[in-house]
Amino acid sequence: MKIMEFKESLLQKIKDSLPKFEFTSSESIGELTFSINKKDIVMVCQLLKNDPDLSFNLCEDITAIDWARRTDRYTVVYHIFSMDNKFRLRLKCNVDEEDCSIDTVSSVWKTADWEERETYDMYGIKFNNHPDLRRMYMPEEFEYFPLRKDFPLMGIPGSLPLPKK
Amino acid sequence: MGLEAKLKQDGFFTTTIDALAAWSRKNSIWPMPMGISCCAIEMMAVGDPKFDIARFGSEVMRFTPRQCDLMIVAGTVTFKMAHVVKKIFDQMPEPKWVIAMGACTSSGGMYRSYNVVQGIDQFLPVDVYLAGCPPRPENLLNALIQIQEKIGKTRVRDYPDLTLEPQTSQQN
Amino acid sequence: MDKLTKEDVHPKIIEALLGADSNITVEDALENEMILNMGPQHPATHGVLRLLLRLDGETILACVPELGYLHRGYEKMAENMTYYEFIPHTDRLDYLAPLSNNVAWVLAVEKLAGIEVPPRAQYIRMMICELSRIASHLVAIGALAMDVGALTVFLWTLREREKILDIWDILCGARFTNTYTRIGGVANDMQPEALAKVKWFIDQFDDNFSECEQLLNRNRIFIDRLEGVGIASGKDAIDLGLTGPTLRGSGVEYDLRRATPYLFYNEMDFKVITYPEGDCLARYFVRVDEARESAKIVRQILSKIPQGEVRANNPKKVLPNKVEVYSKMEELIQDFMIVNFGINPPVGEIYSAVENPKGELGFYIVSKGEGHPWKCKIRSPSFVNCQGLPHMIKGHMVSDVVAIVGSIDPVMGEADK
Repeated sequence: MKIMEFKESLLQKIKDSLPKFEFTSSESIGELTFSINKKDIVMVCQLLKNDPDLSFNLCEDITAIDWARRTDRYTVVYHIFSMDNKFRLRLKCNVDEEDCSIDTVSSVWKTADWEERETYDMYGIKFNNHPDLRRMYMPEEFEYFPLRKDFPLMGIPGSLPLPKK
Repeated sequence: MGLEAKLKQDGFFTTTIDALAAWSRKNSIWPMPMGISCCAIEMMAVGDPKFDIARFGSEVMRFTPRQCDLMIVAGTVTFKMAHVVKKIFDQMPEPKWVIAMGACTSSGGMYRSYNVVQGIDQFLPVDVYLAGCPPRPENLLNALIQIQEKIGKTRVRDYPDLTLEPQTSQQN
Repeated sequence: MDKLTKEDVHPKIIEALLGADSNITVEDALENEMILNMGPQHPATHGVLRLLLRLDGETILACVPELGYLHRGYEKMAENMTYYEFIPHTDRLDYLAPLSNNVAWVLAVEKLAGIEVPPRAQYIRMMICELSRIASHLVAIGALAMDVGALTVFLWTLREREKILDIWDILCGARFTNTYTRIGGVANDMQPEALAKVKWFIDQFDDNFSECEQLLNRNRIFIDRLEGVGIASGKDAIDLGLTGPTLRGSGVEYDLRRATPYLFYNEMDFKVITYPEGDCLARYFVRVDEARESAKIVRQILSKIPQGEVRANNPKKVLPNKVEVYSKMEELIQDFMIVNFGINPPVGEIYSAVENPKGELGFYIVSKGEGHPWKCKIRSPSFVNCQGLPHMIKGHMVSDVVAIVGSIDPVMGEADK
């Protein structure tokens, strides 16, 4: 099947071009996931986009998961799609709580600009070399990060001001 | 209308003027649609030919607050948006009324979350609350009729003379 | 005129606005530039979108959109409620095509949990998706025409949309934000009355829609206002992540119904409409032609729809019929367990995307085996399409902003989540 051949050629290409770094791949419910180290992310994305056979030109989504555990608290997840091969790939990088930052991929896809700003607003993960890292949804003076597991659903009273009657 | 404002008793003259003013105010309410989210679509539907709001006198929906009497807050109000809504409400000239359309404005609706104001009566004086998510257009017309009845009972003397001193703007 | 103060505009946004690259040159440049605030409350911004524009006279040098005025905290709420309880919330995302969002969420959960849906339910879901596409495009065309100045078209397209809302009133009981789909199927079968009304609507749709088109397609003023405005080339559009009619108006043939088929779209015969120019007029024509293609699809569905049940028979994961819940013990316990504890899909994650009228709506769900998701991310098309605004607006005049925003057709309910 075309998809199977594409998957194999994809794995082969990654192994050939970047033999030095380690990654793991897994598959479930028909979706392929690569877990890579966070310092290699820009390199891998450039390879995936610029290679003429792979051509992952559409970056669909960037987000993060908060596992609420001591080591590797966050996982940044990227969904990318190749329009020619009609194949979707998921990339995951673990980010620690102490060094809460990762390189930006907005130099590879322009979509990443706002998606990373939203991830920063919701989780507090800083993106290095981002052109304009501001908050997306919450007001700039807001001090907390809403989607973290330690932030309550109803918010912290007094953190958002209301106008007077 | 300065003469009537000085007369305090309910005489024949004042009640006739009251009735006339109330009748003309209630049959020509110009709504200011503060359309924020889904309820705004039902508000647009009230303007279309099927549920015509023009036959109630609300011929135009002016989007500028300076020309309107009634503010229909349609949609979920978040903390960021609340300041904008209040600013626009302050710009409307007296007399003015507010309809809180839908569950989100009445009490926060189905959104019990950190960014949604649980009811706009925390910062605005509301006259009519509408239930529904979103309320049907007939429901909004019912609310408009209730506002009209409320206006029909007002007297001209209820609205005090505003002094003409220059007010210092809050922004400076 | 009040000066903008720190309460109105945070200094970081002003920095971003003044520091934005601008390669626009104006012939008689003024000495100082003006910052114009096209605020959240504006008749033409399609919801609460705030645009900060840096102007030189009337030419726009840079634009910074600010979102977040309708941020309701969907993703946080999804982590605290079961999969069934989240279905009414998905209605309010793209509130112009609510049934389409319902179908998207339910497809994602079914893929994660591994639930098979009977074919009649799939055909009904396809039909309501296409009807919502027609309804959404009608509002988009009407609103675009109204923003540009043609007020009559808005009333005519809303009249057509009212007919679709009547169909939904009979089918689901609500005109709008109807939570019709359920995990494992749909809520109830299509009544014969509703089916007859769909047939009647599709038969008279082409002629009535042509009436609306006739007012606009060869209208000199309409074409002059939209032609050559807001151009996004195909390559830029893909890089910015645009999807839906915004992308297809730039010549890229990418439609999720063909690329990754879901429901029974691979058996339907329809064209993917593209126009190569990439300006606002091309996007308008894409929407018009897509509405007609959707009518074609609905006609095919009406002839192919099989008989059968509309909900899967899966005791642990699918709600049983209400009649049986009230009369039999088994179904009562099943209902109780599913409503209180949730459907408990296996540990894993899924990203499932459908072709919404605005673009690609995707749900990324991470499940730890509990009744509520551990994480739910909503990839909303309007959020990413709004990112293309600064790119498209540069160099145009202030009155073109309205036309460009109207042609992208963002819906703030989903852009702000």
